[in-house]
Amino acid sequence: MKPFTHVAGKDCGRIVFYGLSTCVWCKKTRRLLDDLGVAYDYVYVDLLNDEERERAMAEVRRWNPNESFPTLVFNEANCVLGYDEEKIKAAVKL
Amino acid sequence: MKKEIEISDAAVDALLQKLQREAEASGYHLNNDRKFVRELVGGLLVNQQRYGYAACPCRLAAGEKAADLDIICPCDYRDADLNEFGACFCALYVGPEVSEGRKQAASIPERRPPASQRRAAKAEISAGAPLGKLSQPVWRCKVCGYLCARGEPPDICPICKAKKERFERFM
Ligand code: SF4
Repeated sequence: MKPFTHVAGKDCGRIVFYGLSTCVWCKKTRRLLDDLGVAYDYVYVDLLNDEERERAMAEVRRWNPNESFPTLVFNEANCVLGYDEEKIKAAVKL
Repeated sequence: MKKEIEISDAAVDALLQKLQREAEASGYHLNNDRKFVRELVGGLLVNQQRYGYAACPCRLAAGEKAADLDIICPCDYRDADLNEFGACFCALYVGPEVSEGRKQAASIPERRPPASQRRAAKAEISAGAPLGKLSQPVWRCKVCGYLCARGEPPDICPICKAKKERFERFM
């Protein structure tokens, strides 16, 4: 849990965001989550040290074998890849 | 956790102008969305400082140049994505439809194979392709597909400006 940062907001189940600090689609995705006002945890994988990074990537691969960013995981059950406003809104179920 | 690197507006402006000039000179287009592109160019500068080369801002670099050559911007995947989706993965480069405002750039699927597949493909290539009877070897730019028959590839691709290390032996 350590490398994640929590953003407070409405509880819509556990939402985990894996992104890169330099990626603009990741920025847009986080802005969307912030605008929706939901609670989520985020991590920028490029800022992690090697060991944490490997652990985070193993988790990303479980949901997204293409290893791309952003990867958003909802409730340990489904995921949305890339900045996809419609799919994210549908998955959040406000 | 590593610190985020700060990039000045002036540095972004300088690189943005250079990329704009080079793109237009060789028939490519940068995304017209200024704010979006400035953020991406900032990401390229962060990666330049971090790794010593401008790895794609929207992909996780290994931090080892040989493993990241295919994602040094412009990446090996740009032109195929321009053709198929009208924009590169990051949407820094866009095709005519997006450039002229007839289509919006969107997040597209990742074309770069995952790390395990990239390692397997590399091993296969270095096993060597058979050589025909050519007077000169033929080199292919992996970024734009430019071919030339000469002793060595050029230092800089005359079409897309990719560096010599981005060429592969084609024939
Ligand atoms: S061409 Fe586009 S996708 Fe490829 S490295 Fe550059 S910004 Fe990233």
